[in-house]
Amino acid sequence: MAGEKEKKVSKGEVKEERKPKAPAAEEAAKKKAAAPKDEAPQEPQVDVDTLPLVKRVKEVKGEFIEDVKYFRGEITFLVKKEGIVDLCHFLKDDSETQFDFLTEVIGTHYPEREKPFEVVYHLYSTSKKHRVRLKVQLAEDEEVESVFPVWRSATWYEREVYDMLGIRFANHPDLKRILLPDDWEGHPLRKDYPLQGPPGYREAWIKAHCASTNKL
Amino acid sequence: MGVIERKLPDNALTQLIDKVVNWARRSSLWPMTFGLACCAIEMMAAGASRYDFDRFGVIFRATPRQSDVMIVAGTVTVKMAPVLRKVYDQMPEPRWVISMGTCANTGKNFDTYHVVQGVDQIVPVDVYVPGCPPRPEGLMYGVILLQEKIDKMKVFRK
Amino acid sequence: MMEKGLMDKGSVEGQVTEDLMRDTLKTREMWLNMGPQHPSTHGVLRLILALEGERIVDTEIVIGYLHRGMEKLAEAKTYPQFLPYTDRLDYISSHAMNFGYVLAVEKLMGIEVPERAQYIRVMMAELTRISSHLIWLATHALDIGAMTVFLYCFREREMILDLFEMACGARLTTSYFRIGGVAHDLPDGFIEQAREFCKIFPKKAQDYDDLILKNRIWLSRTVNVAKISGEEGLNLGLTGPNIRGSGVYWDIRKDEPYSNYDKLDWEIAVEHGCDVYARYLVRLKEMRESCKIVSQCLDILEKLDGPVMAKVPKVIKPPEGEVYASVEAPKGELGFYIVSDGSPKPYRLKIRAPSFANLISVPTMVRGHMVADVIAVIGSIDVVLGEVDR
Repeated sequence: MAGEKEKKVSKGEVKEERKPKAPAAEEAAKKKAAAPKDEAPQEPQVDVDTLPLVKRVKEVKGEFIEDVKYFRGEITFLVKKEGIVDLCHFLKDDSETQFDFLTEVIGTHYPEREKPFEVVYHLYSTSKKHRVRLKVQLAEDEEVESVFPVWRSATWYEREVYDMLGIRFANHPDLKRILLPDDWEGHPLRKDYPLQGPPGYREAWIKAHCASTNKL
Repeated sequence: MGVIERKLPDNALTQLIDKVVNWARRSSLWPMTFGLACCAIEMMAAGASRYDFDRFGVIFRATPRQSDVMIVAGTVTVKMAPVLRKVYDQMPEPRWVISMGTCANTGKNFDTYHVVQGVDQIVPVDVYVPGCPPRPEGLMYGVILLQEKIDKMKVFRK
Repeated sequence: MMEKGLMDKGSVEGQVTEDLMRDTLKTREMWLNMGPQHPSTHGVLRLILALEGERIVDTEIVIGYLHRGMEKLAEAKTYPQFLPYTDRLDYISSHAMNFGYVLAVEKLMGIEVPERAQYIRVMMAELTRISSHLIWLATHALDIGAMTVFLYCFREREMILDLFEMACGARLTTSYFRIGGVAHDLPDGFIEQAREFCKIFPKKAQDYDDLILKNRIWLSRTVNVAKISGEEGLNLGLTGPNIRGSGVYWDIRKDEPYSNYDKLDWEIAVEHGCDVYARYLVRLKEMRESCKIVSQCLDILEKLDGPVMAKVPKVIKPPEGEVYASVEAPKGELGFYIVSDGSPKPYRLKIRAPSFANLISVPTMVRGHMVADVIAVIGSIDVVLGEVDR
């Protein structure tokens, strides 16, 4: 469908320049100090360690950082689980970083990995105008500390992650479901959860709950 | 009304009475605003300046106790289903339901774990308006169809 | 509640009144349920208010009544297939939703969009902003009690929807943008009609001002209601016009300019009142600024020729990796975080919905206010439940 439309659109027009498909391998992420070896032409060569933000964070909180990645102009820190709140406090208060805004908290499920859950934090600084991404990897049944003391908006974001993936946050003031009903079973964004839910579950739920209101 | 409803013989007089009652009912269909999603915006547009639903005697009410017809405009989710049923139960008889948009009709464009596959699983539906979302004209046609249906209803006659 | 003078413990009367109240007018906390079926919760929002008399002491917000599983659905669809679903996120500003999504995929794939398409996108996004703010003004005013504004705003909104219909055949769920450009070029007569709108709109905006800007009822319902400082707002995740109403200069279109916003001349709308009235002023100013952007785009589009679609592969298969792209949607920062595993379907797609984040601060805003103010507060932060619940 989309292909057809594209053809129609570009009929009879000189289509020079326009960068075509991005070549496959795009691992711009380099291990620190590794010699630059980039096969993707569009991705500019950047040594992550020279970026001021990475420098600063590694200098002060280097013990919590496991890995740094750089892809499409975005910096990603892989953070040790126990250091997340400490690091967030630092990133918010430090005069060079000033990340005063928590954009979102995301959970992702990678069932084939040894540590199947990943919690992603996106931060933004309204004064420095830069962004950063933090990642924490968790094993099944592992908890991560809530960043609620740093940004109060984290309460809802973390509730959503809990609701959708079942990742628990320690010291969260009110960890309960936010989007789905309280008595719902299962966490839909896990990869083993079917798109339509477990067979018959949604119909059974409706039947059980609508029947009770019928008597009113 | 309940005592003689659908009890009287079918003759010229009862036909006339029925006609009068049906005329009254169809000319002032007061829908309850049950705006759920995208379709609610088109429902609002239908009630606003350009399309002006008031000229059909359709005046939106905020409470189920005062309304005759429920326009289910939008996706009905599992969490919303008991609420929808409760609101429907609160409406006085006679009551009708217009299902507006594909989500309310079949739910198939969001065939996921939390979407009810058609509002007719929860409440009986009189008119289905297709579209995603239907234009205000579509909803208008749906209301006219419902008025035609009401016109043919038997109130006192057997 | 009681007047301050009566509660003054220093005076004899104050002491007596307070004793009297304690003995005879015992109040206890009452719980009031508002929604999910309520005419002024803008959809299916539910609030549980803890009241003391008529004052709100605590609020719990219950959402999820429109949770459609968009993010799960995205994992089952290919990249182009998911585009129409983004329309249904914030259904009154679907171009802006499309914009965020296509930017994220283009960033992931490294596609560069032709100039003409960029301008068309910016123009459509700004027209959407006007129409979204018009709906906001209409419903907000209706909630507070100004019925006429509702009818006026919908009249102008229909003009914008006519333009959308011209360009892509749909009024609401437009799906006009494509990964790599827009679906097709603007039809004949579009520019003239859009120009007509740009000419008329400032006069109409003046009409709204005449109706409510200095209206005493409007002022007493909005000024000094739901104050929130910029710092607290950021802490609570407030974005968009809401945070700009608290004096924070933050607009993604200026700070991290995407598309062609840096080539156009416009200003950020910021107010320092921090209250409902300030948010109202910000949105009114934004509508005027958007109108300016649209007419600039029209000037450029008249002269600029060229393709409206970049060369994109037939099967969209982004490389492995993850990106986050955000746009300034009418409600605030809209972001798409996409994790790609190299297949034609996203591995994980997360939508950073502005309305969801904006709702977090509602309990803080309404604390200590009257029940009737809740309506004004919800109206002022402009939530759309399709986006909150996704």
